[in-house]
Amino acid sequence: MTDLSLTAAKRASRRRWILLAPALILLVFAASGPLLITVIFSLLTPGDYGGVVWKFSTDGWFGVFAQRDIFDGTFGWSDAHLSIFWRSVKLSLITTVACLFFGVPTAYFIATRPKKQRGFWMLLIIIPFWTNLLIRTFAILELIRNEGTVNSLLIWAGVIDAPIQILYTEFSIILGMVYVYLPLMVLPVYASMERFDFSLVEAAYDLYATRFRVLRRVILPLVKPGIVAGSILVFVPSLGAYVTPRVMGGGNQLMLGNLIELQFGQGRNWPLGAALSMTLLAIVMVALIVYVRAAGNEEVQHG
Amino acid sequence: MARQGFNIRKQTGFSQIAIACFVMLYMPIILLVVYSFNAGTSIAIWEGFSWRWYVSAWANDQVQEATVRSLIIAVWASAIATTVAVLAALATTRTPKFKGQTAVFAMINQPLMVPEIVTAVALLIFFAMIKVATGYTGLLYLIVAHSAFCIPFAYLPIRARLQGMDLSLEQAAADLYASPFKVFTRITLPQLWPGIAAGAMLAFVISLDDVVITEFVKSAGQDTLPTYMLGQLRRVMTPEINAISTVLLAISVTMVIAFTVLTKVRN
Amino acid sequence: MTTAISARSLRKVYPGTPPVEALAGADLDIQDNEFFTLLGPSGCGKTTLLRMIAGFEHPTSGSLDMFGASLLDLPPYKRPINTVFQSYALFPHLTVSQNIAFGLEMLGKPKTEIKETVAQMVDLVQMSELADRQTGQISGGQQQRVALARALAPKPRVLLLDEPLSALDFKLRKEMQLELKRLQTETGITFIFVTHDQEEALTMSDRIAVMNAGSIRQIGAPRDIYDHPAERFVADFIGDTNFLSAQITSSNADRARVDLSSGESTSARLPEGGARDGQVTLAIRPEHAKLVMPDDGLLRGTLENIVYFGTDTHIHLRLTDGTPFTLRQQNNSETELQFAKGDTAGIRFAPDVAQVLKD
Repeated sequence: MTDLSLTAAKRASRRRWILLAPALILLVFAASGPLLITVIFSLLTPGDYGGVVWKFSTDGWFGVFAQRDIFDGTFGWSDAHLSIFWRSVKLSLITTVACLFFGVPTAYFIATRPKKQRGFWMLLIIIPFWTNLLIRTFAILELIRNEGTVNSLLIWAGVIDAPIQILYTEFSIILGMVYVYLPLMVLPVYASMERFDFSLVEAAYDLYATRFRVLRRVILPLVKPGIVAGSILVFVPSLGAYVTPRVMGGGNQLMLGNLIELQFGQGRNWPLGAALSMTLLAIVMVALIVYVRAAGNEEVQHG
Repeated sequence: MARQGFNIRKQTGFSQIAIACFVMLYMPIILLVVYSFNAGTSIAIWEGFSWRWYVSAWANDQVQEATVRSLIIAVWASAIATTVAVLAALATTRTPKFKGQTAVFAMINQPLMVPEIVTAVALLIFFAMIKVATGYTGLLYLIVAHSAFCIPFAYLPIRARLQGMDLSLEQAAADLYASPFKVFTRITLPQLWPGIAAGAMLAFVISLDDVVITEFVKSAGQDTLPTYMLGQLRRVMTPEINAISTVLLAISVTMVIAFTVLTKVRN
Repeated sequence: MTTAISARSLRKVYPGTPPVEALAGADLDIQDNEFFTLLGPSGCGKTTLLRMIAGFEHPTSGSLDMFGASLLDLPPYKRPINTVFQSYALFPHLTVSQNIAFGLEMLGKPKTEIKETVAQMVDLVQMSELADRQTGQISGGQQQRVALARALAPKPRVLLLDEPLSALDFKLRKEMQLELKRLQTETGITFIFVTHDQEEALTMSDRIAVMNAGSIRQIGAPRDIYDHPAERFVADFIGDTNFLSAQITSSNADRARVDLSSGESTSARLPEGGARDGQVTLAIRPEHAKLVMPDDGLLRGTLENIVYFGTDTHIHLRLTDGTPFTLRQQNNSETELQFAKGDTAGIRFAPDVAQVLKD
């Protein structure tokens, strides 16, 4: 006898793939496919005026961290690239920590408002989240540039005589990234705090905990999944940031994104650009896997 | 003074930091909007109220062209992304785990996970090959690229809405002699539309705001509003940029509020 | 009498590791115009069977016929069967009358006929005043009526009801039980009713199929099932039962002579297809036995506990061989319990009230 439920399952499966086809075709064509081609390009020889020559070469990948000495042809560490990698990681970490410092109390503040008000406070976080990143970066730029509001105010108040150079420094990049990525920290932390049961806090106070201990020993451990999620959500786009370091760093303080772009512009070294962007992708994937592992474990623990 | 009870929710300094955060988030944007109405040419010194920068932006041919281009791309991209996202959501929601599910989710969410610069570079490489092969350099590249990265943004709210829908409603319709097509048009779609509208608006805003991918994919003379603005960085900035930003901001804020309202519509 | 629904070796296995057998080869004949109930604990396969008849689940093997024609190749929307869902599944974007009209519209009935039928149905379930309300604005009991009217409107040959009363409160449930029975008699439609509530099954059904762990354990009229459970599960699931071990000494077609542990002997009923000799288990309902003086009893035991329940009193005894035994006695003004806790008493029951179980 034929298994009737099996034919039904087959029909459902065919229907599923037909419905998925348009989305998958579009994504293969304009998302996953190009990524694979990028891998291939990273293994080719650069053309003289951009583009590639179809000849296998591992120079692109060597160029990520190493550099050939133009005089004796030996390989050495590429200091320029290493310092950019280091700056990207460093600024991203500082940005994440700063977002934690501001974001966690903000999420806590929202989560402890009366239920009816929370929607309003969250809207205040969501609006910047969905507004143009470039515009928000411009807004910060206008605030801190030499002719900007901060310097004008300080000069008008007589605190300083000449504008302080805030823009085009690592500090301005961090400021810009914290500003644009802060909502990414608040949203997941709030999500885990909203479900937090405050009777646990009462229990802790009842058992002689101080306010700080309640925070450290009860609240933070229980909202850890949200904090991990927020940290990853801030760290990942910071590492790949392009617009903010370009606007706030002004071409002096390159980050990975700008280094990659350079290879497709003035640098005319597409294979190196491709290799660099795959390296960035690899770092991001590791971070995401760590996150998924952490989140997965949490879920198991909570049953 | 009345004695206050012990507030278990209080954490020292948290409220102050939170308020500082909100001020920090909004002050730059508010200043940006305020100076778009500045009568003078400075973006820091107030010289009185005026619409002049809106007028000059409106009269600027480049801005006009970029606006039209941005809108064309955003309309097409959000329409395409929403359509394919509805189909994909129907295929992947409310079914038991199927073979290849993880791969499908990874593909749909790829634009959210892969850094924009990486996608931008990949598209630059791939489309450059096609441009050379076909000689076509029109807007289609941007529309396709935007459609693809808008898919997850359209997909997520639609999927959330579908998941919240009672499966027995469609079964009840089938039980009452509605064919699968009728079930979709009479039961599924009417209930799904807030999700579809929310997804479409999100996709529209995301497309309208995109800088990085557009910057890498566009051919010469294909500036959208954001890439035009990025190009202006090298020049002396006038409040005209603020005026353009304010208009874009207004669109985003309207869409986000509408989105919030739509996703709150009860199932 | 015509057979409405007929299932043969109907089997459903859900794939997985390990695969789950939700229905292990069910054989079933449901007659036309019958109020038929599938009764069993959750996970017994009753809902799976119902959903197969509706067309939402596909059997792994077996056959399923309706009035002699196979149902299996028909999608749900081509089966002249309607369902009242457990959650009611009323369309939230449509009004009460639009909900009721839905099936008729899908069948392409003329507008005037739809209007007429909807009006009739709304009347039938006493919802005329709320016909234009959105379904979210009416109470649970009213939603239940609308779901019923919606399923009845297309005049199906068979109506499936999936625990439709479980969301209602006690009083409303009682009312709806009578109402459902009335509707079934009036419309003459075959009702297949799924429930885990034994009382609901007993009060409404013409016949009941008791299910457990994916198979049908016993089919029969309510009284039959209650008085003569064929096996331990059925006896236990429906009502309270005392189990006694006994020895068959002789038997004929459907009766046996049995020796009880006390040495006394009585007559008991034999189940179909059960053992006809040897050591067996007897089931005796608590209300079928009464307390007598120790010397007059078939069994003897010590009173361990007496629990007052208002309409009746439950008397818990421990028999001389150690088995527990419960008795139920109606409380009316004349009877006075003549025993106290700790006393020894006798237990008597009429011939043939004891039922021999298959297992």
